[in-house]
Amino acid sequence: MHPYNYYAPENINDALGLLEKFGSKARCLAGGTDILVQTRGGRFELDAIIDVKNIPELTKVEWTKDHLLVGSAVPCYVLYEDEKVTSQFPGIIDAASLIGGIQIQSRASLGGNLCNASPSADGICPLIVHNTICVIAGPKGSREISVDQFCVSPGKNVLDEGEFLVSLKIPLPNSGFGAAYERFIPRNEMDIAVAAVGSSVVVDGGKITNSKIALAAVGPTPIYAEKASEFLLGKDVSEDNLDQASQIAQDSCSPITDMRGDVEFRKHLIGVLTRRTLDLALERAGGN
Amino acid sequence: MANSKKVKKIQITTTINGQEMELLIPPYISLLETLREIVGITGTKEGCNDGNCGACTVTIDRRIVDSCLVLGAEIDGKNVETIEGMATPEGLHPLQQAFLEEAALQCGICTPGFLVASKNLLDKEPNPSEGRIRHWLAGNLCRCTGYDKIVKAVQKASENS
Repeated sequence: MHPYNYYAPENINDALGLLEKFGSKARCLAGGTDILVQTRGGRFELDAIIDVKNIPELTKVEWTKDHLLVGSAVPCYVLYEDEKVTSQFPGIIDAASLIGGIQIQSRASLGGNLCNASPSADGICPLIVHNTICVIAGPKGSREISVDQFCVSPGKNVLDEGEFLVSLKIPLPNSGFGAAYERFIPRNEMDIAVAAVGSSVVVDGGKITNSKIALAAVGPTPIYAEKASEFLLGKDVSEDNLDQASQIAQDSCSPITDMRGDVEFRKHLIGVLTRRTLDLALERAGGN
Repeated sequence: MANSKKVKKIQITTTINGQEMELLIPPYISLLETLREIVGITGTKEGCNDGNCGACTVTIDRRIVDSCLVLGAEIDGKNVETIEGMATPEGLHPLQQAFLEEAALQCGICTPGFLVASKNLLDKEPNPSEGRIRHWLAGNLCRCTGYDKIVKAVQKASENS
């Protein structure tokens, strides 16, 4: 392994300075559950690992008037052991509580899961269906982008050299909002999704006034299923409409065949999981 | 390792099994390597070295982690507990005793990780259900026992404590 130095800056500016100094020879370290494995495996030849866990903005969970701000290095357990987060955001907790085992959840963060940009990432679909905004720090100042624009291809994200993810800005749920995430794996725990779906709905008077469906492990990145989501807008909550949306999600994804499953199986899973997550999202919204 | 000259060892202060110590370590080695090769305590085992098997489980500030997925540099100022911290001069920890009595090990390579993870569970939740034990230990793999004896041993230790 290429030996590297370790830095633990205590504020955003110092981290930016280090990223500028080392350029493509540096990576940020949050939980390390991906980056240390990749570095050890020779995917990068790094001169610097920048541990971002001493930067306050990246490690705090903060409630603002309109958002839940989750620092990009906040480990999963902090979220699922927080009663208020658990009660307000069960759709996020669905993912935070099934990424890896307990050891991994002690360290792994949703921000790191997002930056790693795996097509099968468990954390990303729930963030998409919650309309999450990514807060990014960079040499030219900070910028914000929608989470569904963050991943660009397997393992690649939208961050430019010198930039890093500071926090996830998740809008507080309005009344009638519900969300859920579910994946299919052949084991009970500790596995990578063969296919997975996150769904959210806003229900008002028996009608779906907003919906987002996102799919994982069936494309080069986790994807926002636009057609299926938009189909539900203004529709009544009915068996037929939910089945149709699930069918559209199933038809619109483009999985590959690999050791985890073939195209036909993955498409079938997307249909089933879309329906299941819509049902649970509706239940959580109090609309079913 | 062409650029190894540019890499400087770093000094950390940490507490391992209740003992405060200062260590000088290469900045890129894992906590697992730090324990085994720098501190010289080899009870923590290397299995997969990529976060799947849990053989290298230790606690940092009372949370279980895979020590292969932590840099030694990250434990500066932290409190680490390993398998070496479990038994006392008076005797084995009740979990260790239960593992022996229930024959919850064969080759033994996964055992330190299972014990550290199980102790952490019982410290937090003295009477977990069988399902909770199995869920908690999902990040620890054993290729010999089939798990039933391990789960029984944890249940037994829970009843005896």
